[in-house]
Amino acid sequence: MSKPSKPQCFQDLILTLQEYWAGQGCLVLQPYDMEMGAGTFHTATTLRALGPKPWYAAYVQPSRRPKDGRYGENPMRLQHYYQFQAILKPSPPDILERYLGSLEAIGIDTSLHDIRFVEDDWESPTLGAWGLGWEVWCDGMEITQFTYFQQVGGIEVDLVAGEITYGLERLAMYLFDKKSIFDLPFNSPDSEVPLLYRDVFLQNEREQSAYNFEHADTDMLFRHFADAEKECARMIERKLPLPAYEQCIKASHTFNLLDARGVISVTERQSYILRVRDLAKACCEAWLATQVAQVEKVAA
Amino acid sequence: MAELLLEVRSEEIPARMQTRAADDLKRLVADGLKAAGLAFTDARAFATPRRLSLVVDGLPAARPDVSEERRGPRVGAPDNAIQGFLKGAGLSSLDQAEKRDTGKGEFWFAVLKKKGGPTADALPGVIDVALKALPWPKSMKWGSSTMQWVRPLQGIVALFDGKVLPGQIEPGGQMAPVTFGDTTRGHRFLSKGEIKVTGFADYVAKLEAAHVVLDPAQRKKIILDGAHKLTGEVQVTLKSDEGLLEEVAGLVEWPVPMLGTIDAAFMDVPAEVLTVSMRVHLRHFVTTKPDGALANRFVVVANNVARDGGKTIVEGNERVLRSRLSDAKFFWDQDRKVTLEERLPTLKGIVFHARLGTQAERVQRIAALATAVADFVPGADKAQVMMAAELCKADLVSGVVGEFPELQGIMGRYYALHEKLPAAVADAIGDHYAPAGPNDRCPSAPVSITVALADKIDALTSFWSIGEKPTAPPNSRRPICSPTWWASSPSCRASWAGTTQ
Repeated sequence: MSKPSKPQCFQDLILTLQEYWAGQGCLVLQPYDMEMGAGTFHTATTLRALGPKPWYAAYVQPSRRPKDGRYGENPMRLQHYYQFQAILKPSPPDILERYLGSLEAIGIDTSLHDIRFVEDDWESPTLGAWGLGWEVWCDGMEITQFTYFQQVGGIEVDLVAGEITYGLERLAMYLFDKKSIFDLPFNSPDSEVPLLYRDVFLQNEREQSAYNFEHADTDMLFRHFADAEKECARMIERKLPLPAYEQCIKASHTFNLLDARGVISVTERQSYILRVRDLAKACCEAWLATQVAQVEKVAA
Repeated sequence: MAELLLEVRSEEIPARMQTRAADDLKRLVADGLKAAGLAFTDARAFATPRRLSLVVDGLPAARPDVSEERRGPRVGAPDNAIQGFLKGAGLSSLDQAEKRDTGKGEFWFAVLKKKGGPTADALPGVIDVALKALPWPKSMKWGSSTMQWVRPLQGIVALFDGKVLPGQIEPGGQMAPVTFGDTTRGHRFLSKGEIKVTGFADYVAKLEAAHVVLDPAQRKKIILDGAHKLTGEVQVTLKSDEGLLEEVAGLVEWPVPMLGTIDAAFMDVPAEVLTVSMRVHLRHFVTTKPDGALANRFVVVANNVARDGGKTIVEGNERVLRSRLSDAKFFWDQDRKVTLEERLPTLKGIVFHARLGTQAERVQRIAALATAVADFVPGADKAQVMMAAELCKADLVSGVVGEFPELQGIMGRYYALHEKLPAAVADAIGDHYAPAGPNDRCPSAPVSITVALADKIDALTSFWSIGEKPTAPPNSRRPICSPTWWASSPSCRASWAGTTQ
């Protein structure tokens, strides 16, 4: 069965982007199997952005932002949504042309639309990371975040990665002309069991919002945060950056939940962010050490 | 006499950096030319989102040999004076200098010979130094580069007298050098392939044919002329916005103004909310009706000549605007369900400054000051002063101000009017941040003057008390500067006169 030339539903959009970036030489990875706030937290971005080895990858990452929950009542905000991420390290000279190719692939005809690159620098206080780039506008709508990573985990990068992040729901609303995320066709409206985004995720948004804002056991979460922090440090000592980093991700998400529950005061907030950043920094340093060691071993 | 043409092409340069970068490029190249002994008649620099360009006119084809004499210290002067002279003249020993009797004694002289030669030989060095010294507010590496530029560097045109100058910029790492050449590229979407240029006039003409208007002033004119024409056709007036015009001109190489419509459902949202939402989120220009009220038309400037005449672009912008304004309207509707007074307890949880306590404490100080100040302001109703002072910061915890902090005060006024509080109280809430800059208007109504003064006195004394003295430049946005603007503003003399009576 041949795929329609232009995506007709949410999953077509994902498939089209995967196929396009695979064609650009990217590994097509799967989502990281832990809760995280953005695709950037995936080891395929955060850790692989460091060190001397080239790395091209693309993947979908379910992203959780507990505070953005609206019990499924806001047509444009979700506490669980999808990002599609492509990362090209070192960034090739024609990376913008490749990106524009992906827009053509998903059906944005640049002879009909107004595509702009508007300055937007990116910074993640919890990851100790920053980069320069743009938000890409299509007829005034932000459809992509484009960043050249300069620092991750407080460490200046060896090779600059170009990170391309598409907010899939927002992009799909634009492509399929829907006013609400929940009205997006998830699979093809012509399929045997046609389903909308609401059929898949509305109940989840309601229940998870209730959990995030009302029911999450905060004593337990504070404990989990402390445990993750301790375990991360222990794994760093044992020179196991990957398990350590998972604990860092856990601490970060736990902090986000506590934040959504409103139990972290303004002054404490900053100190929690710094604690997560310290973990991220330690993980990045430990990871980088393994990468440099591997390259030296090959050279020797 | 000959012309130097330089173009440095990169990925999209942030709009706010373009003007300054063009000026810097001109200054640095001009300095380099002067240092190399090369005179010129004129230098002009231009910027678009994708290029910085410079043309220098009236350069000589060659530099003559020049010799320059420098008088040094007296013969027999102390050694450190001699060493300083040698170092300054670039000589290694006194053998290279000569003694001359000037009539006032015998002095050391250095005769420095600078070799002339073709101007083209000196230019690559001048360009190289200028590009490496160009200061971007924020710059970055890309690929495996070790050099930094505002965004990845893509190409350099360097022509002197129509001929390509030898030279290149090495980004470092594994990156290919960016070699000086005579080819550029046109508009990202409206032009394909490389464009060969022979000189500035040819360059400007070919860029224009490739849908690039090089001169920012000309892009602004195209935007304004187009916008006035469009708005005139529907009997509305474009609201002047120099800052936005400057930014939009830096976002497009080929400006195409288009007219869009604001959905009627949003026209009862305060004009300031609509304006800031459109300006900040979409870079839309707003328009007004003959009576000065906000009209339901806006101007968007596209960077493309769409094959459907722009229908898709306008519809897309209207759609995004609808979703943005639904957000704003949602906050506006929600905000009016809570009175300003009901918001006051929330201020206790908001830190104003780590060493100056919460917003609630700040309000208490302002209220106490306002009561005291009211005695000196003729016509200031104490009850109204008290009410305005207590409510003046309540809008900080409203939804609209959370989304658009620049609307603080303005929104408080709207909410106060909605609650049917006295107009003098509403106006005082709206005016109490003024003047917000040296050119801002000053409050003139008695209640407004009182609360605004109390706010300034509190800012001044509080920050002073923690050692933050008003040393900031006059254009600083820090509240601490406000009293000086107020005091120095001619328009406020009247209100001061009233206050000090």
